[in-house]
Amino acid sequence: MHRASRLMRNVLPVAVICLVIVAVWYVAAVGLNAKWERDQAARAGVEIGWAEIVPATMSQERPVLPAPHQVAAEIWETTANKRITSKRSLVYHGWITLSATLLGFVMGVALGILLAVGIVHNRVMDLSVMPWIISSQTVPILAVAPMIIVVLYNVGISGLVAKASISAYLSFFPVAVGMVKGLRAPDGMQLDLMRTYSASDWQVFWKLRWPSSLPYLFASLKVAVAIALVGAIIGELPTGSQGGFGARMLNGSYYGQVLIIWSALFGAAICAALMVGAIGVAQRVVLRRTGQAR
Amino acid sequence: MTGAGAVVASSLDLVFQTRDGPVHALSDVDLEVAPGEFVSFIGPSGCGKTTLLRVIADLEQPTGGTITVNGMTPEQARLNRAYGYVFQAAGLYPWRTIEKNVRLPLEVMGYPAQERIERVRRALDLVGLGDFARMFPWQLSGGMQQRASIARALAFDADLLLMDEPFGALDEIVRDHLNEQLLALHARTGKTVCFVTHSIPEAVYLSTRIVVMSPRPGRIIDVIESPLPAERPLDIRESAAFLELATRVREGLRSGHSGPDG
Repeated sequence: MHRASRLMRNVLPVAVICLVIVAVWYVAAVGLNAKWERDQAARAGVEIGWAEIVPATMSQERPVLPAPHQVAAEIWETTANKRITSKRSLVYHGWITLSATLLGFVMGVALGILLAVGIVHNRVMDLSVMPWIISSQTVPILAVAPMIIVVLYNVGISGLVAKASISAYLSFFPVAVGMVKGLRAPDGMQLDLMRTYSASDWQVFWKLRWPSSLPYLFASLKVAVAIALVGAIIGELPTGSQGGFGARMLNGSYYGQVLIIWSALFGAAICAALMVGAIGVAQRVVLRRTGQAR
Repeated sequence: MTGAGAVVASSLDLVFQTRDGPVHALSDVDLEVAPGEFVSFIGPSGCGKTTLLRVIADLEQPTGGTITVNGMTPEQARLNRAYGYVFQAAGLYPWRTIEKNVRLPLEVMGYPAQERIERVRRALDLVGLGDFARMFPWQLSGGMQQRASIARALAFDADLLLMDEPFGALDEIVRDHLNEQLLALHARTGKTVCFVTHSIPEAVYLSTRIVVMSPRPGRIIDVIESPLPAERPLDIRESAAFLELATRVREGLRSGHSGPDG
């Protein structure tokens, strides 16, 4: 009974929201795709009503907005029914993007933490670096990414590392900002306590500042991993067609294959959700082990 | 006399420069605390009692006068880990269990692993928290957390214990209990204790000597030797000697308040 009621409380609202989104999507698909059906009918000189239009909008080859089941079928077709080494496999492209994302994420997190440590421990860095960190994120990445790719290509860096550097460029920011806050989280009394032990700076960092900052770190990591994926996809756009979700989307739009774009889009969203979920699990494990999750 | 006292201060001055002008936190403080004494500092807020404790601990720098702790400057004493400090709040690190909180100073000071285990157990037993070693701070009541913070200050060998209103945030019953335990602890360990409080009964019950302070500027207005015996059951607080002592402290505090600048 109790279990059933909890199921109702947790699952039902989520299911309802999903159903509403799918329903809205279907209605939008009918509305947006109807024009093409009417134009076709008018050209053929026949009169058609909603009874003919609605089913026709569900299965167009080049819809303005594909219906949900079309996208689902395309994703199934390009994941389950293709070898993962095939260039038409979404898993193949997914791995290309994901590997750049993860590499860039690791680079970005390392850079972000290093910057935060420097800013917290060095007054000159605090005053001089922070404005640059903030302004680095105010430039539109879509405009800067091709330049970065070109510059890196000229110093001999291309492919995975070049794409990863775009991911790192985006993902270091939330980590740096979050960790500056986190490393400054200890209050005066906690710091005074360390002083009464005449602890070294390293001990203060390792035994006080670092553990204090962990909740902030995990919050930042979730943001960072999601935008690292965006960075990798943007990094794939100027390099053309070596593969990846970005290349897939670009190809889809060249050839008017909306379904390819949508399935790549969903593939990216699913990857992001999985990565954010994985960090959530790591967060729960770490915070539980340190008594901070109740 | 220098070198003999656990804490020796003479004409100590401390002026804080604030945005609203200078604040005279300590003015012309002369004090000598002998080893093994239990000295309470009592006075209204702003009288400099916490500041004085922080000067002893090298957490504040005096602007005039001299002070020695165990015959050294406060900084040398701090670097030698000469004192344990108990703050107003327990200030346990929430990500560490009780035993790991007590172990913290031992880790910082580089005690060997085996000795850490023994010392942590001894310190926790001393404050009656042996059964709670594996718990996290949030699982304990405020009084137990404060006891854990006292164990943390006792875990390493400092002869001097500096306590800044450690029981100020606790209810009366818990406070009585902890006062009793602290007295027993003092008798057992023979440590020197400097204890800041704003409770008259607490100061009278615990101390071998009571230092009465007054604000604006923070200064010592009376130093009272306690005639009470070392053995003090809780009901000593109803005795005539106790009440007389409490009255003297209260009068000292009142005269400080209605002084020339009050």
